[in-house]
Amino acid sequence: MLENESSFVENVDVCVIGAGHAGCEAALACARLGLETVIFTVSVDSIALMPCNPNVGGSSKGHLVRELDALGGEMGKNIDKTFIQSKMLNVSKGPAVHSLRAQADKAEYSRAMRKVLENQEHLTIKQAEVCDLLWKEIESSGKAATKKVTGVKTFTGATYKCKTVILCTGTYLKARCLCGEAITYTGPNGLQAANHLTDSLISMGIEMQRFKTGTPARMDRRSIDFSKMEEQFGDERVVPFSFSTNPDDVQIEQVSCYLTYTNSKTHEIIKSNLDRSPIYAGIIEGTGPRYCPSIEDKVVKFADKERHQVFIEPEGLHTNEMYVAGMSSSLPEDVQLAMYRTVPGLENCKIVRNAYAIEYDCINPKQLYPTLGFKDIEGLYSGGQFNGSSGYEEAAAQGLVAGINAARFILGKEEITFDRSEAYIGVLIDDLVTKDNFEPYRMMTSRAEYRLLLRQDNADLRLMEKGYEAGLITKSQYDNIIRKKKQIEQEIARLKNIKIGAAKVNQDFLEKNGSATLKTGTTLAELLCRPELNYEILKELDVGRTALPKDVIEQVEIEIKYEGYIDRQLRQVEQFKKMEKKLIPDSLDYDDVLSLRLEARQKLKSFRPVSVGQASRISGVSPADISVLLVYLEQLKRKNYTNGD
Amino acid sequence: MKTDTIAAVATAMSNSSIGIIRISGDESIAISDIIYRNKSNERVLKNYKSNTIHYGFVYDGDDIVDEVMVSVLKKPNSFTTEDTVEINCHGGILVINRILDIIIKNGARLAEPGEFTKRAFLNGRIDLSEAEAVMDIISSKNESALKNSVKQLRGSVHRKVSELRKAIIYEIAFIESALDDPEHISLEGYPDKLYKKVNELSGEIENLLATSENGRIIAEGIKTVIVGKPNAGKSSLLNLLVGEEKAIVTDIAGTTRDVLEEDIKINGISLHIIDTAGIRSTEDIIEKIGVERAVSYLQDADLVIYVVDSSVPLDKNDFDIMKMIKDKKSIVLFNKTDLNSEISLDELEKFLNNNVIIIKTSTKENTGIEDLEKAVHKLFFSGKIDLDSEIMITNLRHKESLEEALDGLKLVKESLKADMPEDFYSIDLMNSYLSLGKIIGEEISDDLMNEIFSRFCMGK
Repeated sequence: MLENESSFVENVDVCVIGAGHAGCEAALACARLGLETVIFTVSVDSIALMPCNPNVGGSSKGHLVRELDALGGEMGKNIDKTFIQSKMLNVSKGPAVHSLRAQADKAEYSRAMRKVLENQEHLTIKQAEVCDLLWKEIESSGKAATKKVTGVKTFTGATYKCKTVILCTGTYLKARCLCGEAITYTGPNGLQAANHLTDSLISMGIEMQRFKTGTPARMDRRSIDFSKMEEQFGDERVVPFSFSTNPDDVQIEQVSCYLTYTNSKTHEIIKSNLDRSPIYAGIIEGTGPRYCPSIEDKVVKFADKERHQVFIEPEGLHTNEMYVAGMSSSLPEDVQLAMYRTVPGLENCKIVRNAYAIEYDCINPKQLYPTLGFKDIEGLYSGGQFNGSSGYEEAAAQGLVAGINAARFILGKEEITFDRSEAYIGVLIDDLVTKDNFEPYRMMTSRAEYRLLLRQDNADLRLMEKGYEAGLITKSQYDNIIRKKKQIEQEIARLKNIKIGAAKVNQDFLEKNGSATLKTGTTLAELLCRPELNYEILKELDVGRTALPKDVIEQVEIEIKYEGYIDRQLRQVEQFKKMEKKLIPDSLDYDDVLSLRLEARQKLKSFRPVSVGQASRISGVSPADISVLLVYLEQLKRKNYTNGD
Repeated sequence: MKTDTIAAVATAMSNSSIGIIRISGDESIAISDIIYRNKSNERVLKNYKSNTIHYGFVYDGDDIVDEVMVSVLKKPNSFTTEDTVEINCHGGILVINRILDIIIKNGARLAEPGEFTKRAFLNGRIDLSEAEAVMDIISSKNESALKNSVKQLRGSVHRKVSELRKAIIYEIAFIESALDDPEHISLEGYPDKLYKKVNELSGEIENLLATSENGRIIAEGIKTVIVGKPNAGKSSLLNLLVGEEKAIVTDIAGTTRDVLEEDIKINGISLHIIDTAGIRSTEDIIEKIGVERAVSYLQDADLVIYVVDSSVPLDKNDFDIMKMIKDKKSIVLFNKTDLNSEISLDELEKFLNNNVIIIKTSTKENTGIEDLEKAVHKLFFSGKIDLDSEIMITNLRHKESLEEALDGLKLVKESLKADMPEDFYSIDLMNSYLSLGKIIGEEISDDLMNEIFSRFCMGK
């Protein structure tokens, strides 16, 4: 559709479509960078809604939230205000996989975020369904884009002219919910679906696909017998998500979750009713995520497992609803009830909301640059489930990046990207735009090859400078982080320089602490590497020590204890960066590179990678193809040099 | 970790009088100083001026390997413009191969096909006009090297490497799913189990490496495939050639369902013989896979022995086979002469190329086998089958990958001994997995995710 006149026209800078976790971060980023921003939602009451699990964080997702926070995002602050239980996961494992996970008070989370949006200067909330994007053709300028967005049009006919649009439509596009034979054409929680926008996107040449996900039932707390379950408590000392939250402020009274199990009876009921599951009956066409399988899937695919864990989690402080984690399903209502009631503690359960599966339209994200801007359409950005991901945290992270870059595009500044060695956010986006994804993408720690460097404890050190550069981190936060870096460096250097001889006091000290005595002299840093010793214990040998903040000490300990491993990853990163820095011009015509194998050429044409590094990660592109590409790029460079002479 | 210094044989690898091995990169002189000593037994290459040549010896530890001349070319005065050392040694394949192996053991890596040329170009040494040629060299050399490298791998080694990979990815997936879903999957007591497992896997890789010492990672012989329709006597033939009961022989058509492989020597020629399932249209799923494999082996074969059952009439299966072997060097056995013939030699000849050799045999009574051996001899002594250089290089490349994989497992063991958390050593396990993948030509893919989701039930 091309631009046309309508009764109501407004001019703004940015239109954000959707007010879920991606939309909120995108809109806040743009408004905070001073741009007039409108955020559209089909229901203002569903801003920052958590339609599935009542958690923020978890393995690798907790990393994303901390990174988001270091870049000036809102999610970390918001969950710190509204959590009701918090745990640091994996504490018995290495520091790189420690991960925060909080139970949220869902209603409070949503309300608190809405308040932030409502009070944000330059930001307007608008309840409306966006049906069309407005755009025009542009002259090709060496860039790949041939079109440019100019605004959006709502269902009621209003037109908002703008410079950039950020699509964060979540699971709403042509959404369809399935509960057994019952099918409704709604978004999550019975909310209105957005049925028009897909066609407009297709008409712009955007390639769409259909994904599926699901959620378990919610139950009435009063109908559950918790005495048959194991109570699960939060951590004694809670660590906040946000680097700006005072840790003392999050030591609240926490609520519990409960653990119970399915059994052979549960599995029997499921197996004998599989024909009534829309997935197994073939009614669902979308691709579902393998990492959060429905209980039907678990029972079928892991038939030898006698039981599956079920966590009963509160949805908030002011509701009786309890979330039944581990038992999402699209079986019909009667089967659901029968199956849930076989679980110890749920014998008399009453279901408040049924479990359901949801199908929705999203894009194939290979159409995006790592900036999350569309390659073919100038001024169009997208984030969240619309990009084929899943999860609140994944969505928020993309929303922020899309928001920052949409704003920088308007401001005429170079857009910001993150590579795989800098952040989980970088891994997330690179995977989305570089690999073929056949299911909603979930962040996992195993996807991050440099994860020893990408820890949740150093997200501020890794990313705050970039957040400052983006304009979302204040000067004083920036100064703090620079100071912190210096303190860490100096302390490590100091510990490496302090010699510890084999004097009797030292030997006695080691013996007392269950550590081997010295044969020759060593340094404090060497001693710190011993698993049985730590910074605090070594105080006795370290007379000249000055008091340092806790977070500085934490970094010093990790950097020294795991130095060998960290150094190895740093060396690998060096190699990796070399290829990331070799950029491929947008105008490159792969048909001119004759020596590329056919498969590689087709893949490269379809993905249009921005760097040789990205090209090397596309499946079907071999190391020899990369060598050919390098030679070709060098040839181009020399030719241009000669021509310029 | 390997440096980015590369090494390769610069001359054609054959039994000529002189061979040259080239080493290029920052570490080339340092690495050469480990293996080279002059006649006063000094390691002094680093002290020599650029563009000079020196007499001395290559050592493997304290053993002299060869008497050599070594050129030192300091940057930018070399082909690649990097520090380069060229070792002129005696031309025997074994000597060249051994020296290259020692260089790699000491920190260089085997150059990719075309890599010297690529470096020369990227470093500005080669003219712009030659860029296209450079790209062609890289592309075509890699293509053929890759094809050969996987094709030449012995079936048993291929299977072993695949098994090792499977075992490793299972462990990684277990660790990773526990890291991602700690509330559902516990790692309690796991490190001890893993230590045992890694020990076992290391042992198996060491065994493979031991066989590589005599160049047997790859199939050396002439790849000979026995085909024929079911119950034609293929397995009996294999047993006769090998001289023992390897294949199960029965009267039931379709007994050989998979592929059997054996190495034999006929009159000094190494044959790598592959007995395949009989080719026929079949509905039996296991047999079907066997037949599909037979067809694919047939396509890669250097020599095809087609066994015809003369006691039954020719049928569609025979015609299919004859079509498939049309462009192959082949010998046809007119088998089961101990029984009444249902077909005549003339009839058979009508459907075959003119120059195909047909031999009458009875595998049951062991007649005609000598004629077969003579025919094989004749075919390949007149022809020019050349099995030298590429096989050696392929072997070296595979060996390098095996060593990398072993190094990865060593690091895992060290971490386990030091009580490091799981997330540290799973990275090294992954490196081992990827190194092994290079041997069987596996591309990087979503293996880990697939393994995690198919093996371990994740939460939510």
